Amino acid sequence: MSGFVIEDRERMQFSVSRETLVSPAVLEAEQHAIFGRCWIYVGHGSEVPAPGDYKTRTVAGRPVILCRDRGGQVRCFFNTCRHRGAMVCTGREGGTRYFTCPYHGWTYDTDGALHSVPGEDAYGPGFDKARLGLVAPARFEAYRDFWFLNLDPAAEPLADYLAGAREYLDLVIDQSPSGRLEVIAGVQEYDIRANWKLLVENSVDDYHLPSTHTTWLNYMRAAGVTTRPPRDSGLLLPTRGAGKDLGNGHLTTDNPNFRGRPVAAWISIYGEDAKADIAAIRQELVERLGEARAARVADTNRNLVIFPNVVVNDGSSVTVRTFFPTAPDHMHVLAWCLGPAEETPAQRARRLDAFLTFYGPGGFATPDDVAALELVQRGFANWREVRWSDMSRGMNKPADQQLNTDEGHVRVFWRRWSALMEQAR
Amino acid sequence: MSGATRSEVEELFYREAELLDAWRLEEWLGLLTEDAGYYVPPNDKPYADHRDTLFTIADNNARLRERVKRILDPSCHAEQPRSRTRRVIGNVRITGTEGDTILVAANFIVHRFRRGEDVRVFVGEYRYKLRREGGALKIAERRAILDAEELGSLGLVSFLL
Repeated sequence: MSGFVIEDRERMQFSVSRETLVSPAVLEAEQHAIFGRCWIYVGHGSEVPAPGDYKTRTVAGRPVILCRDRGGQVRCFFNTCRHRGAMVCTGREGGTRYFTCPYHGWTYDTDGALHSVPGEDAYGPGFDKARLGLVAPARFEAYRDFWFLNLDPAAEPLADYLAGAREYLDLVIDQSPSGRLEVIAGVQEYDIRANWKLLVENSVDDYHLPSTHTTWLNYMRAAGVTTRPPRDSGLLLPTRGAGKDLGNGHLTTDNPNFRGRPVAAWISIYGEDAKADIAAIRQELVERLGEARAARVADTNRNLVIFPNVVVNDGSSVTVRTFFPTAPDHMHVLAWCLGPAEETPAQRARRLDAFLTFYGPGGFATPDDVAALELVQRGFANWREVRWSDMSRGMNKPADQQLNTDEGHVRVFWRRWSALMEQAR
Repeated sequence: MSGATRSEVEELFYREAELLDAWRLEEWLGLLTEDAGYYVPPNDKPYADHRDTLFTIADNNARLRERVKRILDPSCHAEQPRSRTRRVIGNVRITGTEGDTILVAANFIVHRFRRGEDVRVFVGEYRYKLRREGGALKIAERRAILDAEELGSLGLVSFLL
Protein backbone atom coordinates (compact mmCIF):
# COMPACT_ATOMS: atom_id res chain seq x y z
CA MET A 1 0.00 0.00 0.00
CA SER A 2 2.99 2.31 -0.37
CA GLY A 3 2.90 5.40 -2.51
CA PHE A 4 -0.52 6.58 -1.35
CA VAL A 5 0.86 9.31 0.88
CA ILE A 6 3.83 11.34 -0.30
CA GLU A 7 5.60 13.72 2.04
CA ASP A 8 8.23 15.96 0.46
CA ARG A 9 9.74 17.98 3.28
CA GLU A 10 12.14 19.80 1.01
CA ARG A 11 9.39 21.17 -1.23
CA MET A 12 7.03 21.33 1.76
CA GLN A 13 4.40 19.29 -0.01
CA PHE A 14 2.13 16.62 1.42
CA SER A 15 -0.02 14.71 -1.03
CA VAL A 16 -2.63 12.01 -0.54
CA SER A 17 -3.73 9.79 -3.39
CA ARG A 18 -7.45 9.97 -3.98
CA GLU A 19 -7.34 6.25 -4.74
CA THR A 20 -7.32 5.76 -0.93
CA LEU A 21 -10.79 7.32 -0.85
CA VAL A 22 -12.45 5.44 -3.73
CA SER A 23 -10.89 2.00 -3.92
CA PRO A 24 -12.65 -1.21 -2.75
CA ALA A 25 -9.21 -2.84 -2.43
CA VAL A 26 -8.04 -0.10 -0.05
CA LEU A 27 -11.22 -0.48 2.03
CA GLU A 28 -10.67 -4.24 2.23
CA ALA A 29 -7.08 -3.66 3.35
CA GLU A 30 -8.26 -1.12 5.95
CA GLN A 31 -10.56 -3.72 7.51
CA HIS A 32 -7.47 -5.68 8.55
CA ALA A 33 -4.78 -3.02 8.88
CA ILE A 34 -6.86 -0.35 10.65
CA PHE A 35 -10.13 -1.72 12.06
CA GLY A 36 -8.58 -5.12 12.81
CA ARG A 37 -5.71 -3.70 14.84
CA CYS A 38 -6.74 -0.37 16.42
CA TRP A 39 -8.90 0.26 19.48
CA ILE A 40 -12.43 0.92 18.22
CA TYR A 41 -15.01 2.83 20.25
CA VAL A 42 -18.08 0.80 21.26
CA GLY A 43 -19.95 3.03 23.69
CA HIS A 44 -20.06 4.73 27.07
CA GLY A 45 -20.74 3.00 30.38
CA SER A 46 -23.59 5.41 31.11
CA GLU A 47 -25.53 3.93 28.20
CA VAL A 48 -26.05 0.76 30.25
CA PRO A 49 -26.46 2.15 33.78
CA ALA A 50 -28.09 -0.82 35.54
CA PRO A 51 -27.35 -4.57 35.61
CA GLY A 52 -29.10 -6.23 32.67
CA ASP A 53 -29.18 -3.05 30.56
CA TYR A 54 -28.11 -3.51 26.97
CA LYS A 55 -27.69 -1.64 23.72
CA THR A 56 -27.11 -3.21 20.32
CA ARG A 57 -25.15 -1.58 17.53
CA THR A 58 -22.81 -2.35 14.67
CA VAL A 59 -19.14 -1.67 15.38
CA ALA A 60 -16.52 -2.15 12.67
CA GLY A 61 -19.16 -4.00 10.63
CA ARG A 62 -19.90 -6.41 13.47
CA PRO A 63 -23.24 -6.49 15.28
CA VAL A 64 -22.39 -6.35 19.00
CA ILE A 65 -24.19 -6.21 22.33
CA LEU A 66 -23.00 -3.65 24.84
CA CYS A 67 -24.40 -4.61 28.24
CA ARG A 68 -23.91 -4.55 31.98
CA ASP A 69 -23.94 -8.00 33.52
CA ARG A 70 -25.67 -8.94 36.73
CA GLY A 71 -22.48 -8.26 38.67
CA GLY A 72 -22.31 -4.70 37.32
CA GLN A 73 -19.47 -5.27 34.83
CA VAL A 74 -19.73 -3.62 31.37
CA ARG A 75 -19.46 -6.28 28.67
CA CYS A 76 -19.34 -6.54 24.91
CA PHE A 77 -20.29 -9.61 22.86
CA PHE A 78 -20.56 -10.43 19.20
CA ASN A 79 -24.30 -10.67 18.65
CA THR A 80 -24.46 -14.18 17.20
CA CYS A 81 -25.61 -17.49 18.64
CA ARG A 82 -22.96 -20.18 19.11
CA HIS A 83 -25.39 -22.77 17.74
CA ARG A 84 -26.34 -21.61 14.23
CA GLY A 85 -25.53 -17.93 14.21
CA ALA A 86 -28.72 -15.90 14.65
CA MET A 87 -28.49 -12.62 16.48
CA VAL A 88 -29.48 -13.38 20.07
CA CYS A 89 -30.46 -9.82 20.94
CA THR A 90 -32.79 -8.15 18.45
CA GLY A 91 -33.89 -5.06 20.36
CA ARG A 92 -32.24 -1.66 20.05
CA GLU A 93 -31.99 -1.32 23.82
CA GLY A 94 -33.56 -2.55 27.02
CA GLY A 95 -33.07 -4.49 30.21
CA THR A 96 -33.00 -8.27 30.42
CA ARG A 97 -31.94 -11.24 32.51
CA TYR A 98 -31.07 -13.39 29.51
CA PHE A 99 -30.37 -13.16 25.81
CA THR A 100 -32.48 -15.86 24.15
CA CYS A 101 -31.86 -16.87 20.57
CA PRO A 102 -35.18 -16.66 18.67
CA TYR A 103 -34.20 -19.57 16.41
CA HIS A 104 -33.73 -22.63 18.69
CA GLY A 105 -33.96 -21.00 22.09
CA TRP A 106 -30.38 -21.15 23.32
CA THR A 107 -30.23 -18.77 26.27
CA TYR A 108 -27.26 -16.77 27.55
CA ASP A 109 -26.64 -14.91 30.79
CA THR A 110 -25.71 -11.22 30.64
CA ASP A 111 -22.10 -12.21 31.35
CA GLY A 112 -22.20 -14.26 28.13
CA ALA A 113 -22.34 -17.73 29.73
CA LEU A 114 -24.57 -20.27 27.99
CA HIS A 115 -27.41 -20.70 30.48
CA SER A 116 -29.66 -23.29 28.88
CA VAL A 117 -30.16 -25.31 25.72
CA PRO A 118 -33.57 -26.82 24.88
CA GLY A 119 -33.28 -30.62 24.60
CA GLU A 120 -29.75 -30.79 25.94
CA ASP A 121 -29.97 -34.56 26.30
CA ALA A 122 -29.61 -34.92 22.51
CA TYR A 123 -25.94 -33.92 22.70
CA GLY A 124 -23.04 -36.25 23.45
CA PRO A 125 -20.54 -36.10 26.29
CA GLY A 126 -18.28 -33.68 24.36
CA PHE A 127 -20.91 -30.97 24.49
CA ASP A 128 -19.41 -28.45 26.94
CA LYS A 129 -21.73 -25.56 27.79
CA ALA A 130 -18.88 -23.80 29.58
CA ARG A 131 -17.13 -23.38 26.23
CA LEU A 132 -20.19 -22.19 24.32
CA GLY A 133 -20.79 -18.76 25.80
CA LEU A 134 -21.22 -15.65 23.67
CA VAL A 135 -17.90 -14.63 22.17
CA ALA A 136 -16.39 -11.35 23.27
CA PRO A 137 -13.92 -9.27 21.23
CA ALA A 138 -10.29 -10.22 21.85
CA ARG A 139 -9.93 -7.12 24.04
CA PHE A 140 -12.46 -4.79 25.67
CA GLU A 141 -11.17 -1.97 27.84
CA ALA A 142 -12.25 1.45 29.08
CA TYR A 143 -10.69 4.79 29.75
CA ARG A 144 -12.88 6.72 32.21
CA ASP A 145 -16.00 4.84 31.05
CA PHE A 146 -15.34 5.24 27.31
CA TRP A 147 -15.32 1.59 26.20
CA PHE A 148 -13.31 0.33 23.22
CA LEU A 149 -12.82 -3.09 21.66
CA ASN A 150 -9.80 -4.46 19.90
CA LEU A 151 -9.90 -7.45 17.55
CA ASP A 152 -6.15 -8.00 17.95
CA PRO A 153 -5.31 -10.00 21.10
CA ALA A 154 -1.75 -8.65 21.01
CA ALA A 155 -2.78 -4.99 21.00
CA GLU A 156 -1.15 -2.64 23.49
CA PRO A 157 -3.35 -1.63 26.46
CA LEU A 158 -5.98 1.00 25.67
CA ALA A 159 -4.49 3.52 28.10
CA ASP A 160 -1.12 3.33 26.32
CA TYR A 161 -2.75 3.43 22.90
CA LEU A 162 -4.61 6.64 23.76
CA ALA A 163 -1.30 8.44 24.46
CA GLY A 164 -1.79 12.22 24.47
CA ALA A 165 -5.53 11.88 23.76
CA ARG A 166 -6.06 11.00 27.44
CA GLU A 167 -5.21 14.55 28.53
CA TYR A 168 -7.86 15.95 26.18
CA LEU A 169 -10.51 13.46 27.28
CA ASP A 170 -9.70 14.51 30.85
CA LEU A 171 -10.32 18.16 29.91
CA VAL A 172 -13.77 17.25 28.60
CA ILE A 173 -14.61 15.09 31.63
CA ASP A 174 -13.45 17.82 34.03
CA GLN A 175 -16.66 19.72 33.15
CA SER A 176 -18.35 17.35 35.58
CA PRO A 177 -17.88 18.01 39.32
CA SER A 178 -17.97 14.26 40.00
CA GLY A 179 -15.87 13.36 36.95
CA ARG A 180 -18.82 11.57 35.38
CA LEU A 181 -20.17 12.35 31.95
CA GLU A 182 -23.26 10.60 30.67
CA VAL A 183 -24.64 9.97 27.23
CA ILE A 184 -27.95 11.79 26.88
CA ALA A 185 -30.92 9.94 25.31
CA GLY A 186 -31.46 10.38 21.57
CA VAL A 187 -28.92 9.07 19.04
CA GLN A 188 -28.27 10.73 15.70
CA GLU A 189 -27.68 7.97 13.19
CA TYR A 190 -27.24 8.93 9.56
CA ASP A 191 -25.33 8.07 6.42
CA ILE A 192 -22.91 10.22 4.50
CA ARG A 193 -22.14 9.33 0.90
CA ALA A 194 -18.43 9.81 1.35
CA ASN A 195 -15.36 7.88 2.42
CA TRP A 196 -15.06 7.63 6.21
CA LYS A 197 -11.64 9.29 6.29
CA LEU A 198 -13.13 12.50 4.92
CA LEU A 199 -15.09 12.92 8.16
CA VAL A 200 -11.88 12.56 10.17
CA GLU A 201 -10.33 15.38 8.16
CA ASN A 202 -13.46 17.51 8.29
CA SER A 203 -13.87 17.16 12.07
CA VAL A 204 -10.58 18.94 12.79
CA ASP A 205 -10.05 21.09 9.70
CA ASP A 206 -10.88 24.62 10.85
CA TYR A 207 -9.69 26.01 7.51
CA HIS A 208 -13.16 25.27 6.07
CA LEU A 209 -15.09 27.19 8.73
CA PRO A 210 -15.36 30.62 7.04
CA SER A 211 -16.37 29.21 3.65
CA THR A 212 -18.44 26.12 4.53
CA HIS A 213 -20.15 27.59 7.59
CA THR A 214 -21.00 31.13 6.48
CA THR A 215 -24.62 30.74 7.57
CA TRP A 216 -23.60 29.41 11.00
CA LEU A 217 -21.23 32.35 11.47
CA ASN A 218 -24.08 34.69 10.49
CA TYR A 219 -26.32 32.99 13.05
CA MET A 220 -23.65 33.34 15.75
CA ARG A 221 -23.06 36.99 14.83
CA ALA A 222 -26.78 37.66 15.21
CA ALA A 223 -26.47 36.17 18.72
CA GLY A 224 -23.70 38.60 19.67
CA VAL A 225 -20.61 36.52 18.86
CA THR A 226 -17.58 38.21 17.28
CA THR A 227 -16.90 36.12 14.20
CA ARG A 228 -14.29 38.20 12.38
CA PRO A 229 -10.57 37.69 12.93
CA PRO A 230 -8.71 40.56 14.63
CA ARG A 231 -7.40 43.16 12.15
CA ASP A 232 -3.90 42.44 10.81
CA SER A 233 -3.73 39.16 12.78
CA GLY A 234 -3.25 37.06 9.68
CA LEU A 235 -5.83 34.67 11.15
CA LEU A 236 -8.89 33.25 9.41
CA LEU A 237 -10.90 32.99 12.65
CA PRO A 238 -11.41 35.25 15.69
CA THR A 239 -8.88 33.40 17.88
CA ARG A 240 -5.51 31.79 17.33
CA GLY A 241 -6.13 28.05 17.65
CA ALA A 242 -3.63 25.22 17.36
CA GLY A 243 -3.56 21.87 15.59
CA LYS A 244 -1.80 19.22 17.69
CA ASP A 245 -0.23 15.79 17.32
CA LEU A 246 -1.17 13.61 20.32
CA GLY A 247 0.80 10.52 19.30
CA ASN A 248 -0.32 7.16 17.81
CA GLY A 249 -2.30 8.98 15.10
CA HIS A 250 -4.50 10.91 17.54
CA LEU A 251 -4.85 14.64 16.99
CA THR A 252 -6.82 17.64 18.14
CA THR A 253 -7.57 21.26 17.65
CA ASP A 254 -6.97 23.37 20.74
CA ASN A 255 -8.72 26.71 20.37
CA PRO A 256 -9.37 29.71 22.61
CA ASN A 257 -13.15 29.79 22.57
CA PHE A 258 -15.01 32.46 20.62
CA ARG A 259 -18.42 30.78 20.29
CA GLY A 260 -21.23 30.20 22.74
CA ARG A 261 -20.37 27.41 25.14
CA PRO A 262 -22.66 25.98 27.85
CA VAL A 263 -19.59 25.77 30.08
CA ALA A 264 -18.92 29.41 30.81
CA ALA A 265 -19.47 31.38 27.60
CA TRP A 266 -22.94 32.93 27.56
CA ILE A 267 -24.55 34.03 24.30
CA SER A 268 -27.95 35.59 23.81
CA ILE A 269 -29.40 32.34 22.42
CA TYR A 270 -29.25 30.88 25.95
CA GLY A 271 -31.55 33.60 27.33
CA GLU A 272 -31.01 36.24 30.03
CA ASP A 273 -31.92 33.89 32.87
CA ALA A 274 -29.00 31.59 31.96
CA LYS A 275 -26.38 34.27 32.70
CA ALA A 276 -26.27 33.76 36.46
CA ASP A 277 -26.29 29.97 36.12
CA ILE A 278 -23.36 29.99 33.69
CA ALA A 279 -21.43 32.25 36.07
CA ALA A 280 -22.11 29.72 38.85
CA ILE A 281 -20.87 26.86 36.65
CA ARG A 282 -17.70 28.85 36.10
CA GLN A 283 -17.33 29.51 39.83
CA GLU A 284 -17.60 25.79 40.61
CA LEU A 285 -14.87 25.03 38.06
CA VAL A 286 -12.54 27.62 39.62
CA GLU A 287 -13.15 26.34 43.15
CA ARG A 288 -12.60 22.72 42.18
CA LEU A 289 -9.81 23.03 39.63
CA GLY A 290 -8.15 26.40 40.26
CA GLU A 291 -8.22 29.38 37.91
CA ALA A 292 -5.76 28.04 35.34
CA ARG A 293 -7.33 24.60 34.89
CA ALA A 294 -10.85 26.10 34.97
CA ALA A 295 -9.88 28.43 32.13
CA ARG A 296 -8.45 25.47 30.22
CA VAL A 297 -11.72 23.54 30.60
CA ALA A 298 -14.10 26.42 29.99
CA ASP A 299 -12.31 28.90 27.72
CA THR A 300 -10.70 26.53 25.25
CA ASN A 301 -12.48 24.09 23.01
CA ARG A 302 -11.26 21.09 21.11
CA ASN A 303 -12.17 18.71 18.34
CA LEU A 304 -10.37 15.51 19.24
CA VAL A 305 -9.79 12.56 16.92
CA ILE A 306 -8.99 9.25 18.54
CA PHE A 307 -7.49 7.23 15.72
CA PRO A 308 -9.04 5.92 13.62
CA ASN A 309 -12.74 6.81 13.82
CA VAL A 310 -14.00 8.49 16.95
CA VAL A 311 -14.35 12.25 17.28
CA VAL A 312 -15.08 14.19 20.46
CA ASN A 313 -16.19 17.73 19.72
CA ASP A 314 -16.10 19.92 22.82
CA GLY A 315 -17.32 23.24 21.45
CA SER A 316 -20.94 24.40 21.24
CA SER A 317 -21.74 21.33 23.38
CA VAL A 318 -20.06 17.93 23.73
CA THR A 319 -20.63 15.35 21.05
CA VAL A 320 -19.07 11.96 20.53
CA ARG A 321 -19.40 10.57 17.07
CA THR A 322 -18.10 7.44 15.48
CA PHE A 323 -18.43 6.30 11.91
CA PHE A 324 -17.82 3.17 9.91
CA PRO A 325 -17.34 2.59 6.22
CA THR A 326 -20.06 0.57 4.53
CA ALA A 327 -18.51 1.08 1.08
CA PRO A 328 -15.56 3.13 -0.22
CA ASP A 329 -17.91 6.05 -0.88
CA HIS A 330 -20.32 5.57 2.03
CA MET A 331 -20.22 5.77 5.82
CA HIS A 332 -22.65 5.31 8.69
CA VAL A 333 -22.42 7.87 11.51
CA LEU A 334 -23.50 7.48 15.15
CA ALA A 335 -23.50 10.65 17.26
CA TRP A 336 -24.45 11.38 20.85
CA CYS A 337 -24.55 14.36 23.17
CA LEU A 338 -22.70 14.02 26.48
CA GLY A 339 -23.20 16.09 29.62
CA PRO A 340 -22.14 16.10 33.27
CA ALA A 341 -24.20 13.44 35.09
CA GLU A 342 -25.21 15.89 37.82
CA GLU A 343 -26.28 18.88 35.73
CA THR A 344 -29.69 20.41 36.50
CA PRO A 345 -32.68 20.04 34.15
CA ALA A 346 -32.17 23.66 33.05
CA GLN A 347 -28.48 23.08 32.34
CA ARG A 348 -29.28 19.87 30.46
CA ALA A 349 -31.89 21.64 28.33
CA ARG A 350 -29.41 24.45 27.56
CA ARG A 351 -26.70 21.95 26.58
CA LEU A 352 -29.07 20.16 24.20
CA ASP A 353 -30.23 23.44 22.71
CA ALA A 354 -26.64 24.61 22.25
CA PHE A 355 -25.81 21.29 20.54
CA LEU A 356 -28.38 22.01 17.85
CA THR A 357 -26.96 25.44 17.07
CA PHE A 358 -24.17 23.60 15.24
CA TYR A 359 -24.20 19.81 15.28
CA GLY A 360 -26.21 17.04 13.73
CA PRO A 361 -28.28 16.33 10.62
CA GLY A 362 -30.68 19.20 11.40
CA GLY A 363 -28.10 21.56 12.94
CA PHE A 364 -26.91 24.88 11.56
CA ALA A 365 -23.47 23.60 10.47
CA THR A 366 -23.16 19.79 10.18
CA PRO A 367 -25.46 19.62 7.11
CA ASP A 368 -23.07 21.88 5.22
CA ASP A 369 -20.15 19.65 6.22
CA VAL A 370 -22.02 16.65 4.87
CA ALA A 371 -22.77 18.55 1.66
CA ALA A 372 -19.09 19.43 1.29
CA LEU A 373 -17.92 15.85 1.88
CA GLU A 374 -20.42 14.48 -0.62
CA LEU A 375 -19.21 17.01 -3.21
CA VAL A 376 -15.64 15.88 -2.53
CA GLN A 377 -16.62 12.26 -3.04
CA ARG A 378 -18.43 13.06 -6.28
CA GLY A 379 -15.40 15.00 -7.47
CA PHE A 380 -13.29 11.91 -6.78
CA ALA A 381 -14.92 10.16 -9.75
CA ASN A 382 -12.15 12.01 -11.59
CA TRP A 383 -9.44 10.42 -9.42
CA ARG A 384 -7.63 8.74 -12.30
CA GLU A 385 -7.15 12.07 -14.05
CA VAL A 386 -6.76 14.26 -10.94
CA ARG A 387 -5.01 11.95 -8.57
CA TRP A 388 -3.67 13.93 -5.62
CA SER A 389 -5.18 15.91 -2.78
CA ASP A 390 -2.97 18.56 -1.21
CA MET A 391 -2.47 18.76 2.55
CA SER A 392 0.55 21.06 2.76
CA ARG A 393 -0.84 23.98 4.76
CA GLY A 394 1.57 25.00 7.49
CA MET A 395 4.51 22.85 6.33
CA ASN A 396 6.56 26.05 6.14
CA LYS A 397 6.33 26.31 9.94
CA PRO A 398 7.62 24.16 12.83
CA ALA A 399 5.33 21.64 14.54
CA ASP A 400 4.61 23.85 17.54
CA GLN A 401 3.41 26.67 15.26
CA GLN A 402 0.68 24.69 13.48
CA LEU A 403 -2.63 26.51 13.55
CA ASN A 404 -6.07 24.90 13.66
CA THR A 405 -6.50 26.31 10.14
CA ASP A 406 -3.30 24.59 8.96
CA GLU A 407 -3.16 20.93 8.04
CA GLY A 408 -0.40 19.75 10.38
CA HIS A 409 -2.85 17.79 12.50
CA VAL A 410 -4.57 16.32 9.44
CA ARG A 411 -1.16 15.07 8.28
CA VAL A 412 -0.83 13.27 11.63
CA PHE A 413 -3.82 11.13 10.73
CA TRP A 414 -2.57 10.32 7.24
CA ARG A 415 0.97 9.46 8.39
CA ARG A 416 -0.44 6.97 10.89
CA TRP A 417 -2.88 5.56 8.37
CA SER A 418 -0.10 5.12 5.84
CA ALA A 419 2.24 3.48 8.38
CA LEU A 420 -0.39 0.94 9.47
CA MET A 421 -1.30 0.12 5.88
CA GLU A 422 2.41 -0.42 5.08
CA GLN A 423 2.91 -2.66 8.11
CA ALA A 424 0.03 -4.86 7.04
CA ARG A 425 1.35 -5.50 3.54
CA MET B 1 -65.43 29.97 17.45
CA SER B 2 -62.57 28.15 19.19
CA GLY B 3 -62.82 24.74 17.50
CA ALA B 4 -62.20 23.83 13.88
CA THR B 5 -63.59 21.47 11.30
CA ARG B 6 -61.45 18.87 9.62
CA SER B 7 -61.87 20.53 6.27
CA GLU B 8 -60.61 23.81 7.71
CA VAL B 9 -57.55 22.01 9.10
CA GLU B 10 -57.00 20.26 5.77
CA GLU B 11 -57.13 23.62 3.95
CA LEU B 12 -54.38 24.87 6.26
CA PHE B 13 -52.23 21.76 5.72
CA TYR B 14 -52.61 21.92 1.94
CA ARG B 15 -51.75 25.61 1.88
CA GLU B 16 -48.71 24.95 4.05
CA ALA B 17 -47.56 22.06 1.85
CA GLU B 18 -47.87 24.25 -1.23
CA LEU B 19 -45.76 27.03 0.29
CA LEU B 20 -43.09 24.67 1.66
CA ASP B 21 -42.74 22.73 -1.59
CA ALA B 22 -42.44 26.03 -3.49
CA TRP B 23 -39.82 27.36 -1.02
CA ARG B 24 -42.08 30.37 -0.34
CA LEU B 25 -40.82 30.29 3.23
CA GLU B 26 -41.35 33.94 4.16
CA GLU B 27 -45.01 33.53 3.24
CA TRP B 28 -45.07 30.24 5.12
CA LEU B 29 -43.96 32.02 8.31
CA GLY B 30 -47.23 33.94 8.01
CA LEU B 31 -49.13 30.73 8.77
CA LEU B 32 -47.43 30.48 12.16
CA THR B 33 -48.11 32.15 15.48
CA GLU B 34 -45.40 34.48 16.82
CA ASP B 35 -44.28 31.81 19.29
CA ALA B 36 -44.47 28.77 17.01
CA GLY B 37 -41.90 26.00 17.47
CA TYR B 38 -40.71 23.25 15.11
CA TYR B 39 -39.52 19.84 16.25
CA VAL B 40 -38.12 16.70 14.67
CA PRO B 41 -37.59 14.12 17.46
CA PRO B 42 -34.76 11.58 17.23
CA ASN B 43 -35.75 8.40 15.42
CA ASP B 44 -35.05 6.20 18.45
CA LYS B 45 -37.09 8.37 20.87
CA PRO B 46 -39.99 9.70 18.78
CA TYR B 47 -42.15 10.77 21.73
CA ALA B 48 -39.46 12.26 23.97
CA ASP B 49 -39.08 15.80 25.32
CA HIS B 50 -36.45 18.01 23.68
CA ARG B 51 -35.42 19.36 27.09
CA ASP B 52 -33.96 16.02 28.18
CA THR B 53 -33.39 14.22 24.87
CA LEU B 54 -31.22 15.08 21.87
CA PHE B 55 -33.51 15.95 18.96
CA THR B 56 -32.70 16.26 15.29
CA ILE B 57 -34.40 19.67 15.31
CA ALA B 58 -35.83 21.63 18.26
CA ASP B 59 -36.44 25.22 17.15
CA ASN B 60 -38.13 27.86 19.22
CA ASN B 61 -39.58 30.67 17.17
CA ALA B 62 -36.36 32.72 17.08
CA ARG B 63 -34.34 29.80 15.78
CA LEU B 64 -37.03 28.78 13.32
CA ARG B 65 -36.81 32.23 11.77
CA GLU B 66 -33.00 31.93 11.71
CA ARG B 67 -33.41 28.53 10.04
CA VAL B 68 -35.54 30.03 7.28
CA LYS B 69 -32.94 32.76 6.79
CA ARG B 70 -30.19 30.14 6.67
CA ILE B 71 -31.72 27.76 4.16
CA LEU B 72 -32.75 30.60 1.85
CA ASP B 73 -29.15 31.87 1.88
CA PRO B 74 -27.23 30.80 -1.28
CA SER B 75 -24.27 29.87 0.95
CA CYS B 76 -26.30 27.18 2.72
CA HIS B 77 -24.48 24.38 0.91
CA ALA B 78 -26.77 21.62 2.15
CA GLU B 79 -29.65 23.25 0.24
CA GLN B 80 -27.74 24.57 -2.73
CA PRO B 81 -29.16 23.62 -5.13
CA ARG B 82 -32.38 23.42 -3.17
CA SER B 83 -34.14 20.14 -2.58
CA ARG B 84 -37.21 19.62 -4.70
CA THR B 85 -39.88 18.25 -2.42
CA ARG B 86 -43.42 17.04 -2.87
CA ARG B 87 -45.49 16.32 0.19
CA VAL B 88 -48.71 14.37 0.41
CA ILE B 89 -50.75 14.74 3.59
CA GLY B 90 -53.59 12.50 4.65
CA ASN B 91 -55.43 10.80 7.51
CA VAL B 92 -56.03 14.18 9.12
CA ARG B 93 -57.50 13.84 12.62
CA ILE B 94 -58.50 16.41 15.20
CA THR B 95 -57.30 14.61 18.31
CA GLY B 96 -58.23 17.00 21.12
CA THR B 97 -58.05 20.47 22.59
CA GLU B 98 -55.99 22.11 25.35
CA GLY B 99 -57.68 25.37 26.30
CA ASP B 100 -57.78 27.38 23.07
CA THR B 101 -55.29 25.03 21.38
CA ILE B 102 -56.50 22.43 18.89
CA LEU B 103 -54.44 19.23 18.64
CA VAL B 104 -54.18 17.71 15.19
CA ALA B 105 -52.46 14.66 13.73
CA ALA B 106 -51.88 13.77 10.10
CA ASN B 107 -49.76 11.35 8.08
CA PHE B 108 -47.18 12.63 5.63
CA ILE B 109 -45.08 11.36 2.76
CA VAL B 110 -42.41 13.74 1.53
CA HIS B 111 -40.37 12.83 -1.53
CA ARG B 112 -37.12 14.75 -1.77
CA PHE B 113 -35.10 15.07 -4.98
CA ARG B 114 -31.71 16.61 -5.68
CA ARG B 115 -29.60 16.52 -8.80
CA GLY B 116 -27.18 13.60 -8.73
CA GLU B 117 -28.85 11.94 -5.75
CA ASP B 118 -31.33 9.15 -5.23
CA VAL B 119 -34.89 10.05 -4.28
CA ARG B 120 -35.33 10.06 -0.52
CA VAL B 121 -38.71 9.32 1.05
CA PHE B 122 -39.59 10.79 4.43
CA VAL B 123 -42.64 9.09 5.96
CA GLY B 124 -44.23 9.86 9.29
CA GLU B 125 -46.80 11.67 11.34
CA TYR B 126 -47.31 15.37 11.86
CA ARG B 127 -48.55 16.47 15.26
CA TYR B 128 -49.65 20.08 15.27
CA LYS B 129 -50.96 22.54 17.77
CA LEU B 130 -53.25 25.10 16.16
CA ARG B 131 -54.65 28.34 17.56
CA ARG B 132 -57.07 30.86 16.22
CA GLU B 133 -55.72 34.40 15.77
CA GLY B 134 -58.10 37.10 14.51
CA GLY B 135 -60.37 34.38 13.20
CA ALA B 136 -57.64 32.60 11.21
CA LEU B 137 -56.34 29.18 12.16
CA LYS B 138 -52.56 29.38 12.81
CA ILE B 139 -49.82 26.87 13.54
CA ALA B 140 -48.53 27.20 17.13
CA GLU B 141 -46.35 24.10 17.03
CA ARG B 142 -45.41 21.57 14.37
CA ARG B 143 -43.76 18.26 15.09
CA ALA B 144 -42.65 15.87 12.36
CA ILE B 145 -42.22 12.34 13.73
CA LEU B 146 -40.37 10.08 11.33
CA ASP B 147 -41.20 6.39 11.05
CA ALA B 148 -37.70 5.38 9.93
CA GLU B 149 -35.75 3.53 12.65
CA GLU B 150 -32.78 5.81 11.97
CA LEU B 151 -32.19 8.66 9.55
CA GLY B 152 -29.75 6.36 7.76
CA SER B 153 -30.02 6.81 4.02
CA LEU B 154 -32.34 9.80 4.46
CA GLY B 155 -29.18 11.62 5.54
CA LEU B 156 -29.96 15.19 6.50
CA VAL B 157 -33.06 17.11 7.47
CA SER B 158 -31.81 20.32 5.90
CA PHE B 159 -35.09 21.38 4.25
CA LEU B 160 -38.28 22.08 6.21
CA LEU B 161 -39.87 18.70 6.80
